Amino acid sequence: MGYQYTIWILILPIVAFVINGLGSGKLPGKISGWIATVAIGISAFLSYKTAFQFFGSGSHEKIIAVKTTWLRFNEGLQIDMGILLDPISIMMLVVITTVSLMVFVYSQGYMKGEKGYDRYFAFLSLFSFSMLGLVVATNLFQTYMFWELVGVSSYLLIGFYYDKPAAVAASKKAFIVTRFADLGFLIGILIISFYTGTFDFDILTRPEAMTLPVTATFLGLSTMTWALLLVFMGGAGKSAMFPLHIWLPDAMEGPTPVSALIHAATMVVAGVYLVARLFPTYSVLAPDALEVVAFIGAFTTLFAAVIACTQFDIKRILAFSTMSQIGYMMLALGVSGYGGEEGLGYTASLFHLFTHAFFKALLFLGAGSIIHAVHTNDIREMGGLRKYQPITHILFLIACLAIAGIPPFAGFFSKDEILAAAFATHPIYYIIGTLVAGLTAFYMFRLYFIVFWGKSTSYTHTPHESPVIMTLPMMILGIGSVVAGLIPFGSYISSDGVPLKGHIDWVVATISVVLALVGILIAFKFYKTESAKPEAISKSFGAFYRSALSKFYFDELYIAITKGVIFRFVSKPLAWFDRNVIDAFMNLIAAITNWVSSQIKEFQSGQLQKYAFIFISGVIIILLSFLYANQ
Amino acid sequence: MATSAIIFYVVATIMIVFSLLAVTSRKILRAAVYLLFALAGTAGIYFMVDYYFLAAVQLIVYAGGIVVLIIFSILLTSHIEEKMEKPDSLKIILTAILGLGGTAVSLYVITNHLFTPQPTTGVEATMSTIGEKLLGYGAGGYVLPFEVISILLLAAMVGAIVVAKRNKPENHD
Amino acid sequence: MIESVPLNQVLIVTTLMFFIGVYGFLTRKNLITMLISVELMLNAVNLNFVFFDRYLFPGKLEGHFFSLFIIAIAAAEAAVAIAIFINLYRNIRSINVEDVNEMKN
Repeated sequence: MGYQYTIWILILPIVAFVINGLGSGKLPGKISGWIATVAIGISAFLSYKTAFQFFGSGSHEKIIAVKTTWLRFNEGLQIDMGILLDPISIMMLVVITTVSLMVFVYSQGYMKGEKGYDRYFAFLSLFSFSMLGLVVATNLFQTYMFWELVGVSSYLLIGFYYDKPAAVAASKKAFIVTRFADLGFLIGILIISFYTGTFDFDILTRPEAMTLPVTATFLGLSTMTWALLLVFMGGAGKSAMFPLHIWLPDAMEGPTPVSALIHAATMVVAGVYLVARLFPTYSVLAPDALEVVAFIGAFTTLFAAVIACTQFDIKRILAFSTMSQIGYMMLALGVSGYGGEEGLGYTASLFHLFTHAFFKALLFLGAGSIIHAVHTNDIREMGGLRKYQPITHILFLIACLAIAGIPPFAGFFSKDEILAAAFATHPIYYIIGTLVAGLTAFYMFRLYFIVFWGKSTSYTHTPHESPVIMTLPMMILGIGSVVAGLIPFGSYISSDGVPLKGHIDWVVATISVVLALVGILIAFKFYKTESAKPEAISKSFGAFYRSALSKFYFDELYIAITKGVIFRFVSKPLAWFDRNVIDAFMNLIAAITNWVSSQIKEFQSGQLQKYAFIFISGVIIILLSFLYANQ
Repeated sequence: MATSAIIFYVVATIMIVFSLLAVTSRKILRAAVYLLFALAGTAGIYFMVDYYFLAAVQLIVYAGGIVVLIIFSILLTSHIEEKMEKPDSLKIILTAILGLGGTAVSLYVITNHLFTPQPTTGVEATMSTIGEKLLGYGAGGYVLPFEVISILLLAAMVGAIVVAKRNKPENHD
Repeated sequence: MIESVPLNQVLIVTTLMFFIGVYGFLTRKNLITMLISVELMLNAVNLNFVFFDRYLFPGKLEGHFFSLFIIAIAAAEAAVAIAIFINLYRNIRSINVEDVNEMKN
């Protein structure tokens, strides 16, 4: 049985996008939501079918289900469009369609009565299409195209409330930062294709074909290393890795379900997916690049976790938590080797991606449910919500336990594998990873205790539980957060296709679980009831606390660089040149045209006989010139 | 000099003279009548080249139709006694130069080109030949232009009525 | 006549007639007299067709039919033109060509 039907996984969301986009404002009632939901639902069903068919067959070979040549440059180099099925792309298909479906259903409740309901679902469908196209890409160029499409739909959705200046600024910031990173990605693609003569993943990632004639070096690193570093730069931009992370916290200006889908579960892990997709290449040709990946991942995970402990905006805490968890994934990829037990990090990274998608989407949807009820993002204005929102409370607790890595929830298994992989490579990475596990537990439960316990704030109107259409998807994701970790992930996905026997490293697990429990305990002590202790402790940290609260002043630093240096010394002179030289030149041309036309318009006098006179004179002159030419 | 040649020169002179008068006369009704003479002269030349049918059409359509139409419209729009104002002399001079120049160029071409006349043979323009050709749809038949012309005439008739019809008074309610 | 008068000479007559028509078209101010000039030009062209047909391609009758159709078209043209003149006169009380310049510039 073939896999041709997988094309419909892609087609259905784009059809929903077209219908909702064209019919925007004309579709009656809530039909646009249903169109989008049904489309993604069928896609999800097909994705599961593909997964069962593929993994059921026992083979882990790459399958090219659909392929068509799109652009042909020369004999060797051509760009295809197609669908590549292999364990990681199918895993991503399942994750994306599942989370999408949940978010689509949830959005029908969350966005009810909002202005631009049709537009919202149109963009959401476009995003799903782009993301699905990205993961099934058969070659780097297709990846790049869908990569940009994902960026565009993310931009559109962050700026969904376009009459809100903060949202507009955030969408621009996200677009510009990721676009800047994508420049690196594009250059990387060009270098790779120049040296290998192909874009195809199938050829690029074949380990036995890794004898590419790469001898050129630049600044002490081989060209391939540079190319892959540049590709990683693109991935880092999308995945909000340090130092390209600044857009993600601001991206929380978008609607909360969008944050759940795009900025937690799917788009931001595209960078991880990209590195995983090219992992054999990284591992064999450019181990140096992998070191960089590991370092950046480790730094980001710690950096973001520290900031998350100090924030007060519920969505920003989750955003920093997302950055931290993606840092974990990058770290795991970076410390992984190719093949066998060495490849544990690879499996662990994608395992964490899989489980993280469930509980982080659940956290965001839970946050959305809370915001929906209390109409604020600031956790200092919340408290005692467990009485008002029992279902959200339970589900949020499950997600917190999962992200904190408490067994038997999903996060425990994947995090344990990451830490085991890090332990096997470098103690520093292991120490950072374990420390962050404790920090994660602390800041998540800080959030949990403040919002659901804490002091009972007097609300202007009583918060209420969200409707079933919102809680149902959360419940399903909650089940996923509990059981996703029990999947024997290694036997499906491994770096070289040979099943990897997953086992729990009990030493590593015990240490991280104990640390997480300590984190939870501290959070419980500090925040279960209101106390002065957090205040005192943050005071004692002084400058460090303040700088963490301000996200280590990175936004300010970027603004200083762009405003102070680039704008002043590059853009301003250029703008002056443009305005006073180029524009003046254009204005001159326009003025001359204007003057000439005002001079010659008298020619058109409306006198028929003048026209005829000129016409006949012209005829005679032409006659004369013919006669002259024929002599 | 053959008699026919003499007749031709006479007719040609009459035609040229009346043409000139038709474009220079300052009484508009007279101009129309001079045109009638020039057109009649043309019909005479058609007779002389044995195209009797064409000559008859020329007389009927031009003299009987168009000139009468022109005279009607003159009566509708102008005072017959009134002399038309003289065009300004600069315009006359410029146009005369243009006309003479055009004539000179054309005459230069005509006199320098060597025409090779063919002896008169083949089909004569009898009524039956004309009728067969006009309605013939084989080679050398003209049924398609004939039909096109008939539709054109119909369209012109309808168009003329629509254009010349008095506009309905506008309803101001 | 065909034997006694060469083609060059008859063409001189039609040329003169045509340019007399041109002269009239360019100098006359009354639209009806301009129409008369146009009829003169058409007539000259008709004569040309007939002469070329008769002298150079005898028996083909092509010029003959061309003239016939031109006469028909001239009739249609005169009818429409005069309808326009009458309408114009009704609207601006004048059929002077220099007054018809609404669409200038």
